[in-house]
Amino acid sequence: MTHNNLSLFYVFLFYFFGLVAIISALVFVTRKSPVAAAMWLVSVMFSLAVLYVLLDAQFIGTMQVLVYAGAIMVVFLFVIMLLNLGHPSELADARGVWWKLAAGGVGLAMLAQVFAVTKAQVPAAFVLPENSLANQVARDGAIAPLAGPLFHEYLLAFEVTSVLLLAAIVGAVVLGKRKERTNAR
Amino acid sequence: MLAESLFFSAVLFTIGVIGVLTRRNAIIIFMCVELMLNAVNLTFVAFAQVYGVAGQIFVFFVMTVAAAEAAVGLAIIIALFRHRQTVNLSNINLLKG
Repeated sequence: MTHNNLSLFYVFLFYFFGLVAIISALVFVTRKSPVAAAMWLVSVMFSLAVLYVLLDAQFIGTMQVLVYAGAIMVVFLFVIMLLNLGHPSELADARGVWWKLAAGGVGLAMLAQVFAVTKAQVPAAFVLPENSLANQVARDGAIAPLAGPLFHEYLLAFEVTSVLLLAAIVGAVVLGKRKERTNAR
Repeated sequence: MLAESLFFSAVLFTIGVIGVLTRRNAIIIFMCVELMLNAVNLTFVAFAQVYGVAGQIFVFFVMTVAAAEAAVGLAIIIALFRHRQTVNLSNINLLKG
């Protein structure tokens, strides 16, 4: 839609990493071992980071690698390690064939819905001029176009986010703390 | 590349939904939820290229909420595992009638 003069390399990279993301996601939901699934999810997240950079969102791409592929997935792997989820009884966890058919039906319905929405027309008045975001990034750098609105229009949401993170930290510590009287394990 | 991004995003979201519906391991279901969040983030970034930078700021907040959700959710899973010695959701059926 934007970038009328797309280079072939750009288009190739976009499709390539989109396909890598989709194939990795398919492999991810079919893995039995949680560790293998987590690794394939990391692959999905790296591919998405490449797509973000291609879509003129360099800062978001960096955050994707640092926060998602780095921090969040490391926490997942730590929990998998702590729980020692490698037993054969834990591995066979797929539901029965009816659940799979139902899931396939839900998936097809959702895809049809999304494609129907994609066909809808958007009002032309809302659309930015072509390459405006790319030009903004080229002029001000990758972070300034994001930081300006974040600390002006969205300052309240930004501050509320810090409270949310504090609540999450306290909640995780309280939940993770082992109670003394219940001799757990 | 808006249409292509929306296509990739829709497929990734659907794969996440199918994973949530077909798996019983709580951690894998949780990772499928993260996959769905990522798919929505791709939509936001693709629209941000056309409609302005607010979409990217929304992605920023989604990532923050996802980090908080991962911390609390995994703490809940650990507490659940201490209690029941399993993360298989078919064995955790206290609310099932």
